[in-house]
Amino acid sequence: MENIINIFVKSIFINNMVFAYFLGMCSYLAVSKTVKTSAGLGLAVVFVLGITVPVNYLMQEYLLNPGALTWISPSLAGVDLSFLSFIMFIAVIASMVQLVEMVVEKFAPALYASLGIFLPLIAVNCAILGGSLFMQQRDYSNIGEATSFAFGSGIGWFLAIIGIAAIREKLKYSNVPAPLRGLGITFIVTGLMGIAFMSFMGIKL
Amino acid sequence: MNQVKNFTKGFLKENPVFILLLGMCPTLGTTTSAINGLGMGLATAFVLTMSNIVISMVKNFIPNKVRIPSFIVIIASFVTVVDLSMAAYLPALHEQLGLFIPLIVVNCIVLGRAESFASKNGVFSSLVDGLGMGLGFAFALTILGSVREILGSGKVFGFDMHIFPKGVDGILVFVLAPGAFLALGYLISIVNKINKKSI
Repeated sequence: MENIINIFVKSIFINNMVFAYFLGMCSYLAVSKTVKTSAGLGLAVVFVLGITVPVNYLMQEYLLNPGALTWISPSLAGVDLSFLSFIMFIAVIASMVQLVEMVVEKFAPALYASLGIFLPLIAVNCAILGGSLFMQQRDYSNIGEATSFAFGSGIGWFLAIIGIAAIREKLKYSNVPAPLRGLGITFIVTGLMGIAFMSFMGIKL
Repeated sequence: MNQVKNFTKGFLKENPVFILLLGMCPTLGTTTSAINGLGMGLATAFVLTMSNIVISMVKNFIPNKVRIPSFIVIIASFVTVVDLSMAAYLPALHEQLGLFIPLIVVNCIVLGRAESFASKNGVFSSLVDGLGMGLGFAFALTILGSVREILGSGKVFGFDMHIFPKGVDGILVFVLAPGAFLALGYLISIVNKINKKSI
């Protein structure tokens, strides 16, 4: 249990998706103009990461790893499908996003109205595929750890996009030098936020 | 279409990094040094060219509704090819780039070109477009990598430039994550200044 909380806090602050690994930059830059829309996208990312990472974890454990197919029949112990992992992960993500979109539309129309337009965008958000790849790379020992990692990094991404959107709303009223206006200053502000987040690195968990 | 123009547009006029701002994750994540930037750029250029060729060949057989998933699967196959060949022949670079090689799958430039160019044009134009865009991307990544390497450690492609006084190793922050944002922010503003337009 302690381990799960550790992973959760670590993936929000220390290994933040945006500031430490630059994942999901395209939508981070494009959608961070107002706090309201960024909150929508941020929620959608938390939601989709929280679903796809555990599903891909199960795929990895029961289909892709060397010898993972033994649950079907012992004669398959020598099969190694790990070279299929990228294709498998992205296919799972694309279909899960589609599924989530349909389920949310059917059962939670209010949520769909606020998340709806963002869901298709998310299939190609690298934070989502990145989450699954990190899960594969870091070898989490059970599905609980993988899930807590997924929610942690989702919330980290959410915090980052809310932060930059709030700053950009204020920036509209400041006098920025002409060539820096728009994305130039956004990058620089993100850099400064990244420096601030680096101070979490000293925390030992 | 004029093939020469088609090829050169990726370098300046429609440079994927400085003008279109596509594919930001690998741009920021892999440019800790000039050589990493170049390696990542060339890997992306290869995937972009090959997927453009294949997609322009099969575009007439893919129903419109499932085109995005089909494109992603084609791209993912070429990325697997690049990943495995790099692991075999350039293990040191592969280790450095790590996660960002598989992430070419969701790089917006690759899917963007597939959707906006290869699915509408012939095989040869798509090949030229893929090469031009890919090399333009590699060019931008190499520049950003060189800037960060010079400021961060006073070297470029591993050669010492002697810009820092003795005993100073460089500005560490430019090698770390936040430096990428700062360097790219200022580079974009320089490009904007040159193009004399604000976004």
